[in-house]
Amino acid sequence: MNGAEALIKCLEKQGVEYIFGYSGGAAIPIFDAIITTNTKIKLILVRHEQGATHMADGYARATGKPGVVLVTSGPGATNTITGLITAQMDSVPMIVICGQTISPMLGKDAFQEADVFGISLPAVKHSYLIKDTLDIPRIIHEAFYITNTGRPGPVLIDIPKDISSAEGDFDLSPELDLPGYTFPTVGDTDTIKEISAALKKAKKPLLLIGHGCVLSKADAAVTKLAETLNCPIITTVLGKGAFPETHELSLGWLGMHGTAYANKAVMDCDLIFSIGSRWDDRIVGKLDEFCEGAVKIHVDIDPSEQGKMIMPDIFCVGDAKLVIEELTGYSEKLDIDEWVAHCKKLKKDFPLKYEKIPGKLTMQEVLDELDKMTNSELVVSTDVGQHQMFAAQFMKTLKGYNWLSSGGAGTMGYGLPAAIGAAFGRPGEQIISVCGDGGFQMTMFEMATAALYKLPVKILVLNNSYLGMVRQWQELFFDNRLSGVDLEGNPDFVKFAECYEGAKGFRITKSDEVKKVLEEAMAYNDGPCIIEAVVEKTDNVYPMIPSGAPYTKMLLEAPTEKLEKPTGST
Amino acid sequence: MISENHTISILVVNKPGVLMRVSQVFSRRGFNIDSLVVSSGFDNKYARMTITAQGNAENLDQIKKQLSKLVDVMHCIEHDDANSIIKEMALIKVVCDVDKRSEVLQLSEHFACKTVDMTKQSMVIQATGNSDKLDALIDQLSDYKIIELVRTGKVLMARGQEET
Repeated sequence: MNGAEALIKCLEKQGVEYIFGYSGGAAIPIFDAIITTNTKIKLILVRHEQGATHMADGYARATGKPGVVLVTSGPGATNTITGLITAQMDSVPMIVICGQTISPMLGKDAFQEADVFGISLPAVKHSYLIKDTLDIPRIIHEAFYITNTGRPGPVLIDIPKDISSAEGDFDLSPELDLPGYTFPTVGDTDTIKEISAALKKAKKPLLLIGHGCVLSKADAAVTKLAETLNCPIITTVLGKGAFPETHELSLGWLGMHGTAYANKAVMDCDLIFSIGSRWDDRIVGKLDEFCEGAVKIHVDIDPSEQGKMIMPDIFCVGDAKLVIEELTGYSEKLDIDEWVAHCKKLKKDFPLKYEKIPGKLTMQEVLDELDKMTNSELVVSTDVGQHQMFAAQFMKTLKGYNWLSSGGAGTMGYGLPAAIGAAFGRPGEQIISVCGDGGFQMTMFEMATAALYKLPVKILVLNNSYLGMVRQWQELFFDNRLSGVDLEGNPDFVKFAECYEGAKGFRITKSDEVKKVLEEAMAYNDGPCIIEAVVEKTDNVYPMIPSGAPYTKMLLEAPTEKLEKPTGST
Repeated sequence: MISENHTISILVVNKPGVLMRVSQVFSRRGFNIDSLVVSSGFDNKYARMTITAQGNAENLDQIKKQLSKLVDVMHCIEHDDANSIIKEMALIKVVCDVDKRSEVLQLSEHFACKTVDMTKQSMVIQATGNSDKLDALIDQLSDYKIIELVRTGKVLMARGQEET
C-alpha cells in the first residue's frame, strides 16, 4: 500500500462520501489511489478549486459532516484559499488535501510549487505538511478530529508527491498525538445557575441565537429553552434555522439589515443573552452604544470570544447544546408577559414589507412567493449582496442546516457551488441557490458540475445588472456616484443554462409570471435549472443600520436627507 | 490606552510551523514583538517560547486567549518579576585598548560580568541579569565605544511550585 492508498482508506474510515476535487501533477498519486483502492468514495470533478471548497462547505453546512477537497499543488492549492477563509470565518468543518512537489524540491521553486502550508496559516484552524509517509493515517485522523470538534474550522493537509507515492506498512488506526488540543464541552454549573438567576431578574430579556447553536445541533434544545422561559428570540443571519422563524416567539434576525422588530427589541431589552454568536460588527453597530445598560450574557465554545467585541456581565464557556440543556433544567416560565406582548406588537407594527412596482419586478416578491409556495422548507444557499439580505428576510428558515450563506467572509461566488455540495449531501431534497447576477458569474462554471451529475439544483439569479449592495452604498453615502458597479455585458442567463446538457433556463420579468414560472422550475428535476428574475435595477435593502451607527439610526425606508458616511467596517 | 511591557511564556508542541502560528497571532493584531526566545524544552517533544511585547493589557489578553486556542499550544501564561525569575544575557563588544582595559574590567566586575574575549583592540563582555541591569551596564559602557551588542531577550521561570 502506498501513502495515497492509505490516505483514501483513512478517508473511508472517517465516513467520507464525496471528494470534491480537481487533479494536477502533484496530486496524481492520490487520484490514482481513488481507482486502485476501489473505494466507495465518489470523486466529484469540479471546474475550479474555489468551486470545490464552496461545495465542500455547502455539503458541511447542510449535513454537519466535514466536506473534503482534493487539489493539486501551486495554483490548485492557492485557489482554495478563498474557500478556506469562508469556512474559517463561519466555523465550518472542512478538510483540504493538497498535492505538493516532491519533498527534496520543497523551497526550490519547483514547477507548481507554493508554500501552501505558510499561505494557509491565517485561513485555517490547523494545517499540516506531511514529511513521513507513515504519518499519513495519524494526520488524517487528527485533521478530522480537529475540524469538527470544539469550534469547527477548516484543516489543510499538504502532501508531497514522493510521500503519497511511497510504499509503507501503515497502521490505519493510529493514536492521535494532539497534546495541546482541548475543547470545552459542558459549561460551569455555577455560571449557568448565575445565568438562570439573571434571566429571572430581567424584565425584558432577549435570547440571541447564533451559528454556534446550528453547529452544535442545538435547535431542539433552543426551542425547549425558549418555550420553557417564554422568552422572545432573535437570531443572527447564520443562526437562521436554530429556531423556527415562524414560531410566535421568533423575532427573526438582527443587525444591519435585520428585521425592524428584532432591532427594536434589541433597543428595548434589558438583558441580551447570546448563545453561539460572536457579536459580529454587523450586529453591534456602534459598539459602546449597543444594548447600553442591558445585562449581557455570552455563551461560547471559544474562550477567545470572551470580551473580543462586547464585555459580557456573565460569560460561560461551553458547547451551546449542553449549556442550553443544563440551563433549561434550572429554568421556568419568566414573568415577562408584558414584554412578550410588546415584542409581538413590534412584529405587527413594523413588519417586513415591500411594494410592488407596476410593470416591474422586485427581488422581494420573487423570494416571498418562493417561500410561500414551498412552505419555507427549502434548503437555501445564497451568494452575497442585496439578494442575500432579502433572502434572509423573506425566506423563513425552520430548521438547522437549511440556511447556507457566507456570513463572516461575505464571499461572492459562494452560492452556486454551496448548493451543489448541499445537493450531494441531501439527495431528494429541494435545494435552491439564491444568487445575484454578480456573484453567480463568479463561479457559474460550476453549472457543468451540476449538469454532469444531473443535480436538481434550482438557481435563482436575481438580476438587477448591478452590484446592488455597493450601488446602494454609493447612492446613500457617496452622492450616487456609481463606480465599478454596472454589470453591463451580462450574458443571457437562460441561454447560458441551456448550453449545458440537461439544464434548463427560465425567465421572470413581470409580477404575474412569478408563481407560474417558479412552479414550473421547481417541478423540473432532471438537472439544474436557472431561473433568471429580471428585477428593478435600483432597489435598496431596508431596514438598514448604517455600518458603525447605533441602532437608533435604523432606517426603515429610503432616507429623505443626506446621510453621513458610515464609520464602521465595510 | 496604556501600553505596557508584557512577558509571556508559551509551552508548545515542538513542531514545524508553530513559531509562524504564534507570531501571526501577534502580527494580525498589530503587536510588535520586542523579544522572542525559543528553545527545546526539558522533554524535547515540547518547546518553550518566551515573548516580550508592548501593548495594552486588554489586547494582550485577547492575544493570550487566541494563542491558547492554537492546536499546538499547551499553555500560555503571563509572568512578571513578582512571581517569576526573568533574566537576560548580553554579549557586548567594546573597543578597548590596553590603557582603558582596567577601567572596563572594573566596570565589568562591578556588574558581575565575564570577559569572554580579549584582543589588543577590543573586549567581549558577557553579562547576565535582569533587563534593567543590562541597560545600566550598556549605558556605562557607552562611554567607551560599543561595536556590537547582542541580547538574548528575556527568559523566565516561575518561582516555587508555579508552572512556567
